[in-house]
Amino acid sequence: MTDTDRGTQRDRDSAFYLFTQQNLPACKPVLTPEWVFMTFLFIGFIFIPVGLVTLRASHSVVEIVERYDIGCVPEPFRINKVSYIQDDSIPKNCSLSFKVPKYMKAPIYIYYQLDNYYQNHRRYVKSRSDKQLLHGQNQHGISSCQPVEVNNDRPIIPCGLIAWSLFNDTFTFIRNRAELKVNRKNIAWKSDREHKFGKNVYPFNFQNGTLIGGGKLNPRIPLSDQEDLIVWMRTSALPSFRKLYGRIEKDLDVDDVVVVHLMNNYNTYSFGGKKKLVLSTTSWLGGKNDFLGLAYVFIGSSSVTIAVVFTLLHLLSQRH
Amino acid sequence: MARIRKRSIQLSKLCSFACCRSSSRDDHAEIGQKGYSRVVYCNEPDSQEQIRLRYRGNYVSTTKYTAVNFIPKSLFEQFRRVANIYFLVVACVSFSPLAPYSAPSIILPLVVVIGATMAKEGVEDWRRNLQDIEANNRKVEVYDKSSCSFRQTKWKDLRVGELVKVCKDEYFPADILLLSSSYEDGVCYVETMNLDGETNLKLKHALNVTYFRSSAESLKEFRAVIKCEDPNEHLYSFIGTLYSDCQQYSLSPQQILLRDSKLKNTEYIFGVVIFTGHDTKVMQNATDPPSKRTKIERRMDRIIYVLFSALILVSFIGSLFFGIETNNDLSGGNYTRWYLRPDKTTVFFDPRRPAVAAFLHCLTGLMLYGYLIPISLYVSIEICKVLQSIFINQDQAMYDEEMDRPAHARTSNLNEELGQVHTILSDKTGTLTCNSMEFVKCSIAGTLYGRGMTEVEIALARKRGEQLTEQAPIDASESKKSIKGFNFRDERIMDGKWVSEPQRDVIQRFFRVLATCHTAVPEVMGPDEIMYEAESPDEAAFVIAAREVGFEFFVRNPTSIKLRELDPTSGIRVDRVYELLHVLEFSSARKRMSVIVKNPENQLLLLVKGADSVIFERLSKEGRAYEEQTKEHIEKYSEAGLRTMAVAYRELDDDEYKTWEQEFLKAKTSVSADRDVLMDELAGQIERDLILLGATAVEDKLQKGVPDCIDKLARAGIGIWVLTGDKRGTAVNIGYACSLIRHGMKQIVITLELLEILALEKEGDKEAIAEASLKSIKLQIRKAKSQVTEESSTEFGLIIDGKSLTYAMDKNLVDSFMDLAMRCATVICCRSSPKQKAVITRLVKSVTGRTTLAIGDGANDVGMLQEADIGVGISGVEGMQAVMASDFAIAQFRFLERLLLVHGHWCYRRISMMICYFFYKNITFGFTLFWFEAYTSFSGQPAYNDWYMSCYNVFFTSLPVIALGVFDQDVSARLCLKHPLLYQEGVRNILFNWPRILGWMFNGLLSSIIIYFLTTNSITGPAFRKDGQVADYSVLGVTMYTCVVWTVNCQMALSINYFTWIQHLFIWGSIAFWYIFLVVYGSIPPTVSTTAYKVFVEACAPSILYWLTTLLVVIAALLPLLSYRAFQIRFRPMEHDRIQIQRRRPESTEYDATQRRLSESSEARTSSELPSEVRIRIDSLKASSKRKN
Repeated sequence: MTDTDRGTQRDRDSAFYLFTQQNLPACKPVLTPEWVFMTFLFIGFIFIPVGLVTLRASHSVVEIVERYDIGCVPEPFRINKVSYIQDDSIPKNCSLSFKVPKYMKAPIYIYYQLDNYYQNHRRYVKSRSDKQLLHGQNQHGISSCQPVEVNNDRPIIPCGLIAWSLFNDTFTFIRNRAELKVNRKNIAWKSDREHKFGKNVYPFNFQNGTLIGGGKLNPRIPLSDQEDLIVWMRTSALPSFRKLYGRIEKDLDVDDVVVVHLMNNYNTYSFGGKKKLVLSTTSWLGGKNDFLGLAYVFIGSSSVTIAVVFTLLHLLSQRH
Repeated sequence: MARIRKRSIQLSKLCSFACCRSSSRDDHAEIGQKGYSRVVYCNEPDSQEQIRLRYRGNYVSTTKYTAVNFIPKSLFEQFRRVANIYFLVVACVSFSPLAPYSAPSIILPLVVVIGATMAKEGVEDWRRNLQDIEANNRKVEVYDKSSCSFRQTKWKDLRVGELVKVCKDEYFPADILLLSSSYEDGVCYVETMNLDGETNLKLKHALNVTYFRSSAESLKEFRAVIKCEDPNEHLYSFIGTLYSDCQQYSLSPQQILLRDSKLKNTEYIFGVVIFTGHDTKVMQNATDPPSKRTKIERRMDRIIYVLFSALILVSFIGSLFFGIETNNDLSGGNYTRWYLRPDKTTVFFDPRRPAVAAFLHCLTGLMLYGYLIPISLYVSIEICKVLQSIFINQDQAMYDEEMDRPAHARTSNLNEELGQVHTILSDKTGTLTCNSMEFVKCSIAGTLYGRGMTEVEIALARKRGEQLTEQAPIDASESKKSIKGFNFRDERIMDGKWVSEPQRDVIQRFFRVLATCHTAVPEVMGPDEIMYEAESPDEAAFVIAAREVGFEFFVRNPTSIKLRELDPTSGIRVDRVYELLHVLEFSSARKRMSVIVKNPENQLLLLVKGADSVIFERLSKEGRAYEEQTKEHIEKYSEAGLRTMAVAYRELDDDEYKTWEQEFLKAKTSVSADRDVLMDELAGQIERDLILLGATAVEDKLQKGVPDCIDKLARAGIGIWVLTGDKRGTAVNIGYACSLIRHGMKQIVITLELLEILALEKEGDKEAIAEASLKSIKLQIRKAKSQVTEESSTEFGLIIDGKSLTYAMDKNLVDSFMDLAMRCATVICCRSSPKQKAVITRLVKSVTGRTTLAIGDGANDVGMLQEADIGVGISGVEGMQAVMASDFAIAQFRFLERLLLVHGHWCYRRISMMICYFFYKNITFGFTLFWFEAYTSFSGQPAYNDWYMSCYNVFFTSLPVIALGVFDQDVSARLCLKHPLLYQEGVRNILFNWPRILGWMFNGLLSSIIIYFLTTNSITGPAFRKDGQVADYSVLGVTMYTCVVWTVNCQMALSINYFTWIQHLFIWGSIAFWYIFLVVYGSIPPTVSTTAYKVFVEACAPSILYWLTTLLVVIAALLPLLSYRAFQIRFRPMEHDRIQIQRRRPESTEYDATQRRLSESSEARTSSELPSEVRIRIDSLKASSKRKN
């Protein structure tokens, strides 16, 4: 490179010169066999322990899942569950009981789980008005709430399909004949309560139409305090989802028998959805989820396998 | 510097004859008719008549856009691309309820992308605008009638009809009619390099009626009207009439000075402006060069179509399922998913008309999965290419200090094509050689003079293995300073010693011819220092040689030439004046030039120099005394790679001359179309019965580093064709000298210089000749082919001459000829014409279907440069014509090595990696949307917030890919040059072949599957935090998106090999920017940020599960590529992998051994055959030809 003699040494060392000559100091990693071996082994050694720890955390969680959508339909109505649920004259109360398999430390979270329920359907997701939820009636942006935006020419608060289809099964828990207190406060996101749902917005003209979807709301409580609604309006990601119902702030002992009195109001029968009640403790990681731990262990061990296979092949081919 | 007026000589009777005719005839009859309607009122630009004509001003604009039309025009240009149209349509439709996302979120990226491209266009146009401003504001002196003097004006203010004064070395501001000049006879010299690339000076003559007006005062009374042709693009024609004092005078191109040519050797001229601004011939000529597209771009278009099909397919599948699901909403008269209110629905979700809903959903799908088409691909590629060209322009290793010329990428869209060149077609003179001629030898009176050794001779001697005998005595005399253009060493001639040679008369005449028979113009730079401006470097070399021997040419008048000669008898230097009567100029058809002079002894002499073939057939019987020896010498010279010219003279007797002159002048003044033919004929009449004096030999030195460069290029597997006008012997020897033909290479010669053909030629039956020639060529090609097939291990060099080539290009033969040519490592076409060069280039391009690169320096290479995929111009001495037609300009041939092997390879690799990666990242992203879709009953709900999506291509993934496209280097420049074989990666296109592209796409698909399924299974369902909250739609979106951003950027980190701080900044910065974006966007009130509100701060960041999932997914998504790379590098390494590993482990056992073997063999091959490369080439060729069939 004799042509680079032009310019003084200082110029040539300057970062800009090196840049224009594409000669900047650079790190040039190469996947040599050693590096391959080390990298894969390293991944393995990180992932397997992490996986095991995660699995342990998952196993420490006690979870009780009770499906009740069929059990709560009285025997004679099971042929036509839809007409049962749509008939307001039939009482919908029902009870189920279960035994606690393991000691459950408070707080115990109560969820309801719906399956085959498309809360993520585009028509459904879009049918809400964030503006109205926060500011109330004097706002106009409710066209997005179609098809549940007005009733009798007056806007509905809260409008939209999501609010209209509010889940309305209720649960009461009884242990040893005494009612277990369920804390239903603070089950929604803090930011939702404070910034997404207005403190001065009250339900209005809600569920007054000919077709009534889900639950009703107390028109005297502002939206920011209607936590069931807030939880429901955080639409789920997948068609099978759990939503927080409340917390039991007392420990449950092994073999405690818990009786649940529930109002089976919500119609999942017409689209074949399941309803489940879930009681679960949490670990530092959250709920009971073996998948993550297993995936970690799987990825870790396959990377160790790759490392071993690679090294063997490498050595073998070197010998030849 | 005061200029003395030239002696008053009425030249008109000698030089210019077309001026003074009072009647207009022929073409001039059309004046005033259609196409010839221009009227110029000379010296009266303010007259009513002139103003009424409203001719354009002299303001010139070469910009593509104006301030007014920039927006519409550049937008139109943008939307000529299919992908952009698609995005435009999507943006328009996004206002309808069909759209799965909000309109601004799709419009913003489109605006950013289009805006960036338009900004680029704008900047480029602004640069052109600055050039225009510079040109428009140049100063010129304009005549002011009131004060009878000249005042300075800007070019742009010049008007038709104004009188201007242009001084020496200034450019003409417009097309001007020459009125008078500082020479009394009204001639001037111009250089037209900017117009046609010719560097020689051209003589222009003023009309008889105007040439005396050479002072400012005399112009005052000047009145005339010019009627002439309308503006047109013909540089060499002009038809017009000047009306002055009730007389008509015809105008010809002889009086027209064109804009952008330069006044030379003349103190000043006066002229009247005829055409201004865009009406000038040079502006009328300005056309855009043909735009070229690279193979990669063309394939990229095809990939876009593949992706479009994928897009349509995916949307179709989606809408099919959507239709089924929607149909199910109404089962047996009951609405199933009552929460969607199917009873009160719109057409988009109507279960009663599922087919319509499905169709409309298909449109929604086309918009939603639009992320499969990378919106920013084109603009990113363009940005990268511009930056790459800046690197090419900046490269110090391609900077020529002597000429102060850096390499220049004139178009930026061919960069990656530089990495795929399969065949180089090269001009010889000025490209492989310097085109600075040096007079080295001569043969006078049958005696050889000149003892220097040429490069070719040295190379030939080396080839024969001879020891180079050092020329000691020559070195002694070399202590004198070396003279450019003169490398003649002979003590018998130099320093006046020729006087004592036996043939001193002949020697004297010989050098007199060299000193007088030319069109050079002397320029006295100081005492004893004279520079010559000559038409060609050969001519300059002759004049310089004559000067050095003692025949110093120092004054040229239009009528005479003055020499300072050594008088052999007295030994003193005397001035002799030769009266110059006629110059019969050189043309490529005549292949000779001559002058008729009257020497001080009043002898009429015709002095000729020209190509040997032409001169020898015009010798008189007495003049053939030295014919045999001279022929022999010429043969020898051309073998030594020298350019030869024969020199002869003839004494004319007065009568003969007079009769001839009359006819000649008549011919010269005629305006008919066959004037040139007539003049050539007449010139031929007098140029006969010549007496041979001898022959000259000038050397055209090889450029520095040419053999090494060619050797490297050959080792890189690039086929090299040399197309030259030289004789076969010269061409072959130059071939040896620059290692085109190597030791151990077999030569195949296809020629028509065979006995039977020559015999036929003597008979003169043209049809018979053609038939026999065709037959003979056919036979030779067949023979050669069988030879090549038999000895497939040896290399071949094919040598063919221009005449044979015309036959080989015959329809029936061309295929087999090209087949043969492609199997040879080197092809030399000698004696080929410029047109043949272009035809060959086109043939090579079409037959191989591979990338061809043409390199040349002269106007005769323009066709070739434009025809080839890439045209490289040498910005040498032969003007700028080739450079103007080229795509890349370099100063020296040897820079081609770096341009191809380093920049070409890098650019090819960068662009192909970039495109692959682009598709990868968009497929990864697009398919996560699709998988999510499948879980929303294909309703068209995107998995992510609208603004996450629209920022994907623009903010989170664009910079790293640009860094890849601009900075990545697989191996350093030094190693690129050291391992030329690496270049084959580009020639064989293995970084951008379909398996690789599809591989990347598959990788994208795999990544999307891993990301989607691992994320959903890890994070949804049970609580994802200790406080019992579950992950909703927004949390899943953020988690998936985080994984996509990480994966895509880490894949980039895995696939590049070169990390400077820039790469680190861009890659890790993009990831960091995503988090910053999340925080910032999440803190905007929820009515704007919707699902993104506080999602990171409140929901994701406190969740350990979120972070663990990110780690898991990213590593899992990287594993496939990582393991593939690991195994591929170890067990099936590509060339760059090998080099990287070798660099890494210099003392390693196995790689090193194989590498050493490889490199040793390649080094040993410098002078011998190159089996492996050649085999690669042949194999790939066979494959390609098979594909063709």
